[in-house]
Amino acid sequence: MSKFRKKKSNELPPVSTASLPDIVFMLLFFFMVVTVLRDDNLLVQNKLPKADQVEKLKKDRSVYIYAGKPSARYQDKFGTEAKIQIGDKYTDITSIKFALTELRQKLRPELQDKVMVALKVDEETNTGKVTDIKQELRELNMLKIIYITTPGNELNQ
Amino acid sequence: MARRATPEVNAGSMADIAFLLLIFFLVTTTIEKDSGIARQLPPIEEIVDPPKIKEKNLFIVNVNRNDQLLVEEKLMELKDLRQAAITFLDNGGAPSGSPEYCNYCKGPRSPESSDNPEKAVISVQNDRLTSYKMYIAVQNELVAAYNFLRDRESQRLYGWKFTEMSKDLDEGKIKGEAAQDALKEKLETIQKLFPMKLSEAEPKKSGQ
Repeated sequence: MSKFRKKKSNELPPVSTASLPDIVFMLLFFFMVVTVLRDDNLLVQNKLPKADQVEKLKKDRSVYIYAGKPSARYQDKFGTEAKIQIGDKYTDITSIKFALTELRQKLRPELQDKVMVALKVDEETNTGKVTDIKQELRELNMLKIIYITTPGNELNQ
Repeated sequence: MARRATPEVNAGSMADIAFLLLIFFLVTTTIEKDSGIARQLPPIEEIVDPPKIKEKNLFIVNVNRNDQLLVEEKLMELKDLRQAAITFLDNGGAPSGSPEYCNYCKGPRSPESSDNPEKAVISVQNDRLTSYKMYIAVQNELVAAYNFLRDRESQRLYGWKFTEMSKDLDEGKIKGEAAQDALKEKLETIQKLFPMKLSEAEPKKSGQ
């Protein structure tokens, strides 16, 4: 009898936390892999228009162009006229070509021919601005563009 | 000399360090999924002999500086644009028996509207002062019209919607080279039935 009684203990064994670091590390690695550190510091307002007939953007072969009014904290310096931003700085319409060529060279060589220009344009911008950008792109022979939008629809608000 | 055992490193704080890193990455993560309306711009080249498009095969959408729509010379609300475009594309006005006859169109077959989807062209004309919001909304509605018709044909031929097909292909849900190729072929067939012919005129200067 005593043989059995010896093993019996009334206390619950404490939960082992030895595997906790493993679990945390697993999560850590997941987030490390999916994290994209924001590379562009946004200088313009960027409230994207809504659309629902969309395609996904292939990120590895795209360059971004932002356009819109300067953000609130830059407005006293740059005014409220819509501006174009490429990379980290405002770009004039005439120097778009140079800026884009530079950006394209940063892509992987085999994807440079398939480059796609992602236009992130604020919804209050005039279409004329976008047309100017498109004209420059045509001259640069970067013909694939994608208008980045947010999910939704203008009709049912 | 007796060997002294190296004392074991205390790993108790490992979890804390990992948590710290984890929280950092949690905060900085932005799982961005950009999506949008893709377009191919026309290359710059001198067009010597522009193809003649009959008036009835042209669907003109005009957006003015106050974001109002003029479709085929009539004022229209944005919500009606999709249906109007579908009716135009799906019209199939060419008489039966002629080589241009469209046997899958289900439209009213009015001789005043487009001959077949192959010939039908939608032309969008913007003002420079049109808001980008409106521009995208119009583009979205027109793409929606095409998608609606493509979905319908795809459903009829393959029992699978066009938009779902291309989505599955994009997301890599289709495994195997053969299956992918077969699907691409199907997509192309549908695209041929309703080719997307969206033309964009150079925007006019305001007031012209």
